[in-house]
This record gives sequence, structure tokens and C-alpha cells, in this order.
Amino acid sequence: MVLVGFASVLMLTVIAGLIRVERGPNPADRMLAAQLFGTTGVAILLLLADAMEIPALRDVALVFALLAAMAAVAFVKRAWHPGPHEKGEQP
Amino acid sequence: MMEWISVALIAVGAFFFLAGSIGVLRFPDVYTRLHALTKADNLGLGFVVLGLSLRAGSWVVVLKMLLIWSLVIVAGATAGHLVAEAARTSNVPPWRKRS
Repeated sequence: MVLVGFASVLMLTVIAGLIRVERGPNPADRMLAAQLFGTTGVAILLLLADAMEIPALRDVALVFALLAAMAAVAFVKRAWHPGPHEKGEQP
Repeated sequence: MMEWISVALIAVGAFFFLAGSIGVLRFPDVYTRLHALTKADNLGLGFVVLGLSLRAGSWVVVLKMLLIWSLVIVAGATAGHLVAEAARTSNVPPWRKRS
């Protein structure tokens, strides 16, 4: 029961992080909030795996961690920088 | 006794998560937000894993949670450096105190 309470507190911090996604100002700030969801989501899933006795949630946490890393790399390499044909406009 | 130590460690972890979220909301630019995010949150996850390890049933579970933590640490450090480098090369200005 205590663990579910802590998981709810962490969920509230994730919701607070959503404010940063909304405000921006540049795409990297929004991506940072997504990273925050990744780390906090892993903690929430580990807590729930213990509290509700569903061991499979630990595997879900592992996938969460991996996806957050992949999302960050994909964002930096593909989404943020202008494509090769726009590179001439960069200062 | 073990139960209380475990709950206390998880509470400390939740505090670090709270601090990280407040940092992401309150800090003025990308670089300082990265600082709040990649350090405070990974430490918070470490405390949560430590607290859960005390009540875990077997060593395999503890080992698995430690592996998840180490993956998050490595991924967080790599993502932090990548985002900071990308912000620097695309000329996002670092925050300066207004005088």
C-alpha cells in the first residue's frame, strides 16, 4: 500500500513535468521532459511490480529504459537538426 | 525494521525525483535543466532500487533491478551529452544572470 502511494507521488512529478513540455521553448526542452518520463516511469514500474506482485512489470521497466535512450538518440540525430539539404542555412 | 529502512530509502528516492522535476520546471535554460534531470533522477532511481532490494524475494530480482538501474545511468549520461552537444552546435545560448 505504501509503495502504491509512492508510485502515485512519482506520477504527480511526471504530471508536473508535462508543464515543461507545454512551455518549450525549444524542442530540446520538450525532449528533456520526455527523458524525465523515462526515468520516473522506470521507478514507478519497479514500485508497482513489487506492490502488485507482477514480476513482468520489471521487464516493462527495462523496455522503458531502453526506449527512452533510443528516443533521445533518434531525436538528436534525426528530429532536431535540419536535414542535409537545409544545412547551408545554418550560421 | 527492514521494512522501515526500505520505506525510508524509497522516500529519499521520491524526494530526489521531486527535486529533479522541480529543477526541470524552474531552471532557466537547456543546460541547467539537463543538470537537474540526469543527476537527480538517476540518484532517485538508485535509492528506489536500493529500498526495493531490501524487500525483494530473491537475488535474481535484486540483480535485475541493479541491471535496469545501470542501463538507465548509462543511457542518461549518453543522452545528456548528446542533447547538450546538439544544443551547443545549434547555438542555443547559455543562460546568463541579468545584471
